[in-house]
Amino acid sequence: MPSLELVLNVALGGILAGLVYGLMALGLSVIFGVVRVVNFAHGEMMTIAMYLAVTLFGAFGLDPLIMLVPIAAVLFALGYAMQAGLINPFISRPEHTQFMLLVAIAIIITNVLLIVFGPDARSVQTSYSLDSFLVGPLIVDATKAYAAAAAILVALALFVFFRFTLVGKAIRACADNYVGALVVGLDVKHLYALTFGLGAACVGAAGAMLVLVIDATPPLGPALTLLAFVIVITGGLGSMPGALLGGVMIGLTEALAGLFFTPSAKSMFSFGLLVLVLLFRPQGILGRKAS
Amino acid sequence: MGRLLDGVPRRGLAWLAALLAVLLAAPWLANDYLLTVLIIILYFAYTGQAWNIMFGFAGQLSLGHAIYVGLGGYTAAALFVHFGIGPWIGLVAAVAVGAACGAIIGFLAFRFGVGGVYFAILTIAFAEFARIGFDHFSWVGGSGGLFLPVANYSQSDIWNLRGKPIMFYYVILTLTVAAFLLCHALLRSRVGYYWQAIREDEAAARALGIDTFRYKMYAVLISAGMTSVAGVFFAFYYNNLFPEQVFSIARSIEIILGPIIGGAGTLVGPIVGAFLLTGLAETMWEFLRAVGLDAPGTRQVFYGLVLLAIIIVQPAGVWPWLARLIGLEKPRS
Amino acid sequence: MTRKSPTKSARAGVTRRSFAAGAGAAGLLAGTAPFNIVRAQGGPLKIGVILPLSGVQAGIGQSCKRGADIAPALFKQIGYTQPIEIVVVDFETNVDTARARAERLIADGCNMLSGPFDSGAASAIAQVAEQKGVPFVINIAAAPQITEQGYKFVFRNFQTAPQIISRGLALFSDIFAATGKTPSTAVLMHINDTFGQANKAAIDRIFPTMNLPFKIVESIAYDPAAKDLSVEVSKAKATNADILMTVTRLNDAIILVREMVKQRWEPMGIISPGSPGMYEQQFLDTMGKYGDYVITTVPWANPKAEMTKLVADEFKKLYPRDKLPGHIFNIGFTFEALMVCADAHKRAGSTNGTALADAVRTTKIEKRVMVGGPIEFDAKGQCNTIASVCLQNRNQTPTVVLPKDAAEMTPVFPMPSWNQRG
Repeated sequence: MPSLELVLNVALGGILAGLVYGLMALGLSVIFGVVRVVNFAHGEMMTIAMYLAVTLFGAFGLDPLIMLVPIAAVLFALGYAMQAGLINPFISRPEHTQFMLLVAIAIIITNVLLIVFGPDARSVQTSYSLDSFLVGPLIVDATKAYAAAAAILVALALFVFFRFTLVGKAIRACADNYVGALVVGLDVKHLYALTFGLGAACVGAAGAMLVLVIDATPPLGPALTLLAFVIVITGGLGSMPGALLGGVMIGLTEALAGLFFTPSAKSMFSFGLLVLVLLFRPQGILGRKAS
Repeated sequence: MGRLLDGVPRRGLAWLAALLAVLLAAPWLANDYLLTVLIIILYFAYTGQAWNIMFGFAGQLSLGHAIYVGLGGYTAAALFVHFGIGPWIGLVAAVAVGAACGAIIGFLAFRFGVGGVYFAILTIAFAEFARIGFDHFSWVGGSGGLFLPVANYSQSDIWNLRGKPIMFYYVILTLTVAAFLLCHALLRSRVGYYWQAIREDEAAARALGIDTFRYKMYAVLISAGMTSVAGVFFAFYYNNLFPEQVFSIARSIEIILGPIIGGAGTLVGPIVGAFLLTGLAETMWEFLRAVGLDAPGTRQVFYGLVLLAIIIVQPAGVWPWLARLIGLEKPRS
Repeated sequence: MTRKSPTKSARAGVTRRSFAAGAGAAGLLAGTAPFNIVRAQGGPLKIGVILPLSGVQAGIGQSCKRGADIAPALFKQIGYTQPIEIVVVDFETNVDTARARAERLIADGCNMLSGPFDSGAASAIAQVAEQKGVPFVINIAAAPQITEQGYKFVFRNFQTAPQIISRGLALFSDIFAATGKTPSTAVLMHINDTFGQANKAAIDRIFPTMNLPFKIVESIAYDPAAKDLSVEVSKAKATNADILMTVTRLNDAIILVREMVKQRWEPMGIISPGSPGMYEQQFLDTMGKYGDYVITTVPWANPKAEMTKLVADEFKKLYPRDKLPGHIFNIGFTFEALMVCADAHKRAGSTNGTALADAVRTTKIEKRVMVGGPIEFDAKGQCNTIASVCLQNRNQTPTVVLPKDAAEMTPVFPMPSWNQRG
């Protein structure tokens, strides 16, 4: 039976990592919740952000946490362009064509990264990369702590944006009632692109943080995409606190499952959780029932 | 036979007959490498058609179809390795296991009203679950893999499916043709019409008194069972199974590429898609090697670009466009 | 009729038409003969090397490729002056692709195959090679089943997983004897994939028979796709074992040791009974001083062998900016496999598959790169003379520390604490 200290350490690590993954999922929740596009290239966008952080760090020695905003901005532009340029015609089309479109984009991104950066894992080794804090009996991984803190801040910023700014409210209006939004004269196409850009910016910020915790490799994309979907569905599509909560829950589940059972099977538990949520509460834990 | 081919325009029949003739004669026209490629193409044509039944006919998007391939393959392979039971008998068990899995997924999804994207994610979750599960399933080798004893290249032992590539080629060709005939028969039958009604508007279909649950389950069961057969073929052709490869999402995506690019919901779409995509992949490999541009990953980039182009220009798939081009009216569906 | 030399009359007689007809006939002939593609005897040797140049194992695949790149020049230096063509292809870390590439290479006229650094791909290629009667000399692949299938055309110049483990574990006692410190407990962490499970199974079988002074208190398996091993390391740390035994690949080895530093876990040592990862260049570059003092028992290039020096020189010429120690394992085995091919061809004097296979079977090459006895194959096609050494990372360079006669430095055990790294 593992000691309490061990359980707490592991749980904490799971929660912190979960917050960062939650931020990534947040981007997906925004995209799917508003634009209703199944973004199967989500993980790949994250990988782009990670490589961006690696390159900037390698070339200029700039800490990814400082580069958070510029990287998010670049991803925003990328997201906006993707939505306006490629994805827009597919919004009204059946899901399987959306899926195919984004899978094709994902394949292209993954392999361009492979050609440009090669197959070896790239990491960012800052001065604090191997640090940890001692808080009583707990050993807290410094990079995870910083990344989690940044994730919470970004999520808060996004929340404020959607709640209190005009543009944010307009986007929410589009999500709630597409036709109504058109009727009142909102430029829906632009707002969709904006939303996709925002989702991508979230991913960009999450990527900049995550690269402190895990290494960037080209095939990372698909695994992250799947994780993002699992989190979003568990936490609730279209709910921002839901995405963070989903991230924490999945992070915690996997950590504790790894501790009490075989670590190599821990993903089975998050998939099990996903199946339960899909069956019994498909709108997710904090989601609103779809209309 | 006459009834089976009802409704197909004569010109279409002529094209199909010509294709079949070429395929039957292929081992005498092609070298071994081409034969291997043809086996891959036919394999994907078969699995694409099986998948198409669930999606194209009943409207359920399955993104985890590799689970049926894996379950079918492992069942038959385990029976062969551990008990010496031949693949034709193992097939029955394989189909049973695959269909049972499909039944579970279908039941859970349809009873609980999980549809659309959520159904797709559910199927992914099940496939991943199976992958990790089999990784730890030591009776079938775990992640170390299940190896079938390989022997007997000089004669073709069709009972045990041990033998030359030519034998495997004819087996998969027969399967693909059988699948095509089956799909065609299903489409023209009462079940087929119910499926199309459900696909178009499930609520309306239910309002008309169609037991949508039952017919959706039929689609899932048939699709899953057929795909399990592909799994048996896969196991005995490649002679080894690794959970990481057999159940992976990449495999599931490979299965659906053909039908979606070829034309989901159409009869010939998956076959056209399989030929197009595998042909494309191999040609690209040739071309890039000749041009000297074969840095790892280049081929996949071009492949992705072509996929992108096709899906943007012809989102309904290549076959409907091709059919119009060669003057075939799409059979009224 | 005046006697013309054969070549002259051939040239005089060949027109474009007849050439095309001849090629067509040859093509038809090639197509109609399902196996045994009839080849001219004694032509140039064409070796097809199948490696994972893209996909998950790309890093190691590209490392192996360097072994193929240096081969042509080296062959000339060591006496294989016959014309040899080496073709390297990518199987994209995908087993189906490996099989298709093998078929393709054979169709393109390869007389021998080599590769692939992956047991799954090796199985697939072996089947093709056996069907076609084309000798396949494996550079790196550990799954024991590959040489248990009764193949006549498949040869492996690498240890099987049981051999890796038994030879590796035997060296553990030597480390303790040399440094005077003996641990009493160990925790085993292993990657849960083909390679990891094969090794774990071998450990389970062989460890109890070896009378080692420590016992394995717990065994922790982790997902090969895991990006974060904090839970696993926490569990391992909680066992308070004296040493950590690892079965890893590359990326996970990096993540693992990093996590150990973060969690401030300092066992007496990290010893791997034969995995890749901790001696690879990327590990050394990324981990820096924290990667020092880890020990891997593994087959390795003999630093004192003449062949190794030749390889090192040629490597430096082609890759002046790469560091050899991080690649020598992959390069050494890949080159040795190709050397076996060249040697067999020289002795067989023909490119006929059966003749080549028979020649490979009677291989005996004394001058090799890797530590061990001469390269030779038993009836199953397995080479049993490859020895393991103790490799310890010192100053970010993998250094042979045992056995003494191949050693460059003496082993350090237990390892210094993380904070004390220079």
